[in-house]
Amino acid sequence: MAEPILDIRDLKKSFGALKATDGVSLDLRPGEIHALIGPNGAGKSTLIHQIAGSLKPDSGEIRFEGRDVKPLDMAARARLGMGRTFQVSSLAPEFSALRNVMLAVQARQGSSFRFFKPVMHDRGLTEPAHEALARVGLSDRADVPAAELSHGERRQLEIAIALALGAKAFLLDEPMAGMGPEGSQALTRFLDRLRGEAPILLIEHDMDAVFALADRISVLVYGRIIATGSVDEIRNHPAVREAYLGDGA
Amino acid sequence: MTRETTISIVIVAGLLAAAFIAQAMGETFYITLATRMAILGLAATGLNIALGLGGLVSFGHAAFFGIGGYAAGILATHAFNSEPLLLGLPGTNQMIVIWIAGAIAAGLVAVLIGLISLRTSGVYFIMITLAFAQMIYYFAISWPAYGGEDGLSIYVRNAFPGANTLAPMSFFLICFGLLALGLVLFALIRASRFGAALQAGRQNETRLAAVGIAPFRVRLTAFVISAMMTALAGALFADLNRFVSPSMFSWHMSGELIVLIILGGVGRLAGPLAGAIVYVLFEFALGGITEHWQFFLGLILLAVVLFARGGVMGLLAGRARHG
Ligand SMILES: Nc1ncnc2c1ncn2[C@@H]1O[C@H](COP(=O)(O)OP(=O)(O)O)[C@@H](O)[C@H]1O
Ligand SMILES: [Mg+2]
Repeated sequence: MAEPILDIRDLKKSFGALKATDGVSLDLRPGEIHALIGPNGAGKSTLIHQIAGSLKPDSGEIRFEGRDVKPLDMAARARLGMGRTFQVSSLAPEFSALRNVMLAVQARQGSSFRFFKPVMHDRGLTEPAHEALARVGLSDRADVPAAELSHGERRQLEIAIALALGAKAFLLDEPMAGMGPEGSQALTRFLDRLRGEAPILLIEHDMDAVFALADRISVLVYGRIIATGSVDEIRNHPAVREAYLGDGA
Repeated sequence: MTRETTISIVIVAGLLAAAFIAQAMGETFYITLATRMAILGLAATGLNIALGLGGLVSFGHAAFFGIGGYAAGILATHAFNSEPLLLGLPGTNQMIVIWIAGAIAAGLVAVLIGLISLRTSGVYFIMITLAFAQMIYYFAISWPAYGGEDGLSIYVRNAFPGANTLAPMSFFLICFGLLALGLVLFALIRASRFGAALQAGRQNETRLAAVGIAPFRVRLTAFVISAMMTALAGALFADLNRFVSPSMFSWHMSGELIVLIILGGVGRLAGPLAGAIVYVLFEFALGGITEHWQFFLGLILLAVVLFARGGVMGLLAGRARHG
């Protein structure tokens, strides 16, 4: 079996008495989409925060391409190749969609200490940024400030940013939320192809998308992973049906 | 050219024209007013890099303004008395040397203040920068070697190659030239990759980190550049008044620089200059009538904050757009 890109071992995180992450172990292998599902408040976003470095775990291990990333801050982990999107979009609101992506391009080039060349005339930045926008279907919205984009468009923009970063793994926190059925279907087709570029840890409530895309599914309930398996295994898992999918799912 | 650029150029050219008209009418006092506008405009343009672009509300930029001023005062005093300064180095009455010395000194102090204060944000950042500036203020008051509370006179205005700096117009042109350079530098930085990172950090620090750019280094660099520009203005201010005193370090001064930016337009190219023009005009027009002119200035400021968020530049050039 190929070495996992991302490998999490026995991760724990409490908020006071609440165990938001309670001994989670999980990995992400090359070429796969690993879906993480679970009811609201299960601790899915908290897990992504700890992987990406915006929250510090209490204990446990996080390895990215074999490397212990726990000492690294969020920016350093992003430079290693974690392409992360937020459940509540997090963009530079005054910047246009294009400039938001250009920021990722310049970060990837490691060149934020250049003081004199205007970015808008810098094709080394604008061209890759336009490409990334085109891939998510936002080309005609390139000049719109992020604050004026719809919820769904902001989601797409975050994915474009992760693409422009040249991410080695995508950590997507509910990318379909607020997108509408057509948007979800388009994004589903897009993610299906994207997994060939880099594996995806996908948190998603849209079960059609999850069942269509996932190579593996892990189910998180109250901070614990109660099952990991293929789509069929999870569909038929009694504890999962009881805890999460409910009858008739 | 964007509308903002056009209006900025009109404002800058207007200041230059005003000085020449005053010169033609033989009104040197008005040249001095224009010089004051240029110097305060430069000081606030420096602050605008940190505050306007980076969202770093430094309430301690008087520290850098004062360091520039004292660099001029101290170096000039040593040159005047022919006493060596330190390590046997002489003083100097050459403005260019003074500017470099003042800017470097302010830059070094800004590194120290920045390393500590930039670990905080919001109100804490405001208070820590204020605290550092006040420390320097009290140090200046209690340091007798350079006049302590009484300040330090510069007996002859410092020299600039090829210019008679005592002629008001010559000195104005020197100040105006530096102001123009400061504005060009601001515009370049704002449009650059560094400026993009700096402004993104103001809008959303998490976004900046999520693409892999650590906000701290970007901000520290901006803070230092900002401090150096404000120090340069401080050196000019000392030469304008031919006097430096600890009041250059006072929190009033820091507050005044922030006021100039809010009046003129936060983060806008000619905002701080527009603010300085309004401020100096106001001080001149009302200062003669009432000692309480700052009360009326306060009312205007309130009106700007409540009704004209973008200040003068917001009124003239509309909302800022970021490509
Ligand atoms: N910063 C925080 N402080 C305290 N509690 C938190 C914090 N973040 C999340 N929680 C709590 O942790 C639990 C898991 O939250 P979250 O990870 O957002 O769940 P999910 O993404 O699965 O819906 C929730 O009960 C939530 O209220
Ligand atoms: Mg969540």
